[in-house]
Amino acid sequence: MVEVTLWGALGQLAGGQSKVEIEAKDIRELFRKLAEQYPAFEPLIDRGIAVAIDGTIYRDTWSKELPQGAEIFLMPRLAGG
Amino acid sequence: MNFDPRFSGRKFTSVGTRPIRPDGVDKVTGRARYGADFNMAGQLVGRVLRSPHAHAKIRKIDTSKAEKLPGVKAVITAADLPDLTDGDAAMYDILDNCMARTKALYDGHAVAAVAAVDARTARQALKLIVVDYEVLPHVTDVDEAMNHHAPLINDAIFTEGLEEKPVKPSNVTKRSQFGHGDVHQGFGHADFIVERSFKTEQTHQGYIEPHACVASVSSDGTADLWVCTQGHFVYRQHCAQLLGMEASKLRVTSSEIGGGFGGKTHVWAEPVALALSRKAGRPVKLVMTRDEVFRASGPTSATSIDIKIGARKDGTITAAEATLRYSCGPYAGSWAEIGAMTAFACYKLDNVKTVGYEVLVNRPKTAAYRAPSAPMAAFAVESAVDELAKEIGMDPVEFRIRNAAQEGTRSSYGPVYGPIGIGPTLEAAKSHPHMKAPLGPNQGRGMACGFWFNFGGQTCTDLNIGMDGSVSLAVGTVDVGGSRASLSLVAAEELGIAYEHVKAIVADTSSLGYNDMTDGSRGTFSSSMATISAARNAIKILRERAAQMWDIAVDDVVWEKGHAVAKGEKHGNLGKLSLKEIAAASGKTGGPIAGHSELVADGAGVSFATHICDIEVDPETGSTRVIRYTVVQDAGKAVHPTYVEGQYQGGAAQGIGWALNEEYIYGKDGRLQNPGFLDYRIPVCSDLPMIDTQILEIPNPNHPYGVRGVGETSIVPPLAAIANAVSNAAGVRMTHIPMSPPRILAAIEAERGG
Repeated sequence: MVEVTLWGALGQLAGGQSKVEIEAKDIRELFRKLAEQYPAFEPLIDRGIAVAIDGTIYRDTWSKELPQGAEIFLMPRLAGG
Repeated sequence: MNFDPRFSGRKFTSVGTRPIRPDGVDKVTGRARYGADFNMAGQLVGRVLRSPHAHAKIRKIDTSKAEKLPGVKAVITAADLPDLTDGDAAMYDILDNCMARTKALYDGHAVAAVAAVDARTARQALKLIVVDYEVLPHVTDVDEAMNHHAPLINDAIFTEGLEEKPVKPSNVTKRSQFGHGDVHQGFGHADFIVERSFKTEQTHQGYIEPHACVASVSSDGTADLWVCTQGHFVYRQHCAQLLGMEASKLRVTSSEIGGGFGGKTHVWAEPVALALSRKAGRPVKLVMTRDEVFRASGPTSATSIDIKIGARKDGTITAAEATLRYSCGPYAGSWAEIGAMTAFACYKLDNVKTVGYEVLVNRPKTAAYRAPSAPMAAFAVESAVDELAKEIGMDPVEFRIRNAAQEGTRSSYGPVYGPIGIGPTLEAAKSHPHMKAPLGPNQGRGMACGFWFNFGGQTCTDLNIGMDGSVSLAVGTVDVGGSRASLSLVAAEELGIAYEHVKAIVADTSSLGYNDMTDGSRGTFSSSMATISAARNAIKILRERAAQMWDIAVDDVVWEKGHAVAKGEKHGNLGKLSLKEIAAASGKTGGPIAGHSELVADGAGVSFATHICDIEVDPETGSTRVIRYTVVQDAGKAVHPTYVEGQYQGGAAQGIGWALNEEYIYGKDGRLQNPGFLDYRIPVCSDLPMIDTQILEIPNPNHPYGVRGVGETSIVPPLAAIANAVSNAAGVRMTHIPMSPPRILAAIEAERGG
């Protein structure tokens, strides 16, 4: 079980929660279970969500493992120049 | 991905040296081929008809007279680019931006295009197209657009991110919020509070090369596109989707690029050129004029930002708050969201809150510009930080060092930081000789910090070893700043050969797997990771071939300094085999030797910089002169230090232009008044001092060499550093960018009058 912190817009879609607990071993499973529990997340996941694991931001490595006790933070996927 | 990206702490032979870039001679002799330098037999000239109105319904477009003009081979409107986006809102916006459908949304919005045998005929044809407009009220100012009475740009937009779903449409597409703690409580603990509002005007990236392409659609449905872009694979995806083609049928070749900085990250004219070519049955060359680049490509946001920061007497910030309003052009974006995330990222804050509003205006579609949105937020925050330090009576560097984020700090955008470099850049700035340089009359010194995320992304690389032992490296990230040299150094480092024996090229979309574009400071970070991986795969084959040549087990062969070496007492009499010897024998040991890599480069590592500058202000005219400028930035590991310095200097130079002169000026009619370099003044050499640089190397733990992106962070601090210097020189706080002479003079006179 990992604790996932949601950014503002995502928290609103989760009924005002800023943190949720999910049983997930990697980012792929995390997104799949989030979409199951919170269908409103699905369009945002499709648009792109980045995952910060202990401060390191992952945008595309969905196979990245979520270590127990790690800080998992969901963020908007941003554009660069 | 079977590749370990972790930092290994190795000693380098090639990486960190400064060889001449492989594209250098062609560029300085004029041989290099940019977007407009490519030609095809029988090509036509494409030209685009653009709206003269800021906001207008398109009732009807009559192209019949243009079509009948001798020499005109095709005329297209939105009807020739039907909506194939299948509900993809972002792609629909790109399509509508390429060719207006029901409404022209800004001065310069494309409404029709022609392909003709020559430019004169094409221009004549444009004049024969009759567009029946119903002119609508417009709004170009970000604050005015938020007013309830402002003309509505898109009545299908309802603000996202509000607690209650709005019942009326709005020009505000989204509200976003970040932060932690309780700012109200935090301000209650402050002895000093600074509260100010700031504005920044819209600027263009100012790339010297305009958008240019040649499109050729064959009668069998396949197509070629030669184009100036930051990401030819992304352009292929966009064009294929918008034209209903299979991606594999469209080969896109990227030309040399005369600057992009985020402005060449999505398509503008390319689908139009392809649609013209498809209709005409001949190749079409479409090159934007400078006027078109300003009016109809993607400048950055104009902004309006409110800042409030409080601190105790001892210099500890107790709370920080920002409200950021960013213009998006007429299409939804996430520009204020990025500003809200980056605004306070340099600082360790217990109580912080940022709110961003995305605002539609009748201006061109906003595009990324080097660390998009961060410079404007940093301008507002760092100006207020400087003012607060002054009120407390602390040195501005010491004040920042006291409040700087560090490993373990919860960032203002959410996650806790790993190892970061803001503290070291501040300490380096503090002890830099620039800080002790004497200042003359009317001169002021300013400094500021900046933050950017940096990204990685999908990356694919091929490394081929020729029979003579030389190495061809094919990468898919467009070279915007010397990456072919840097990636050649990386290949040479891994293989243990000389840099001169590696030749890097940017491969076309049919020759290599998909690559994300060169943005987010990812070019060298991502492609170096893929190059290391490809080289290691090639080394595995080289070892196998050496084992064959020696007739020993491959596990007994190691790779050392460009040679296969047999390890173990039983192989004691075997000499080394060089890469060249193994390559020469490759035809008899299994054929060509190559290494391939496809991976997602993630974990780019956030980046920080501190800039110092000295400015002289003429109090009689408000004109400014940059006396000294210093950039201190963390590169993780500078693969080619000269090009890292170039990125630092380039970001600072663009920031100087943005801070002091550059702005989009709109008339009351909603038309851009200064779409040319005569009236939109970017800095030239004589405007700039030698920009000094200091590279810090705090390794990125998520890259084998410790590399971090360096391309964008350098444009984040300049607006603020220059504003602080001008404010100190002029004796009045400057709150509006650009600080052009009239604006500085007005501020000085208002201060004197007050």
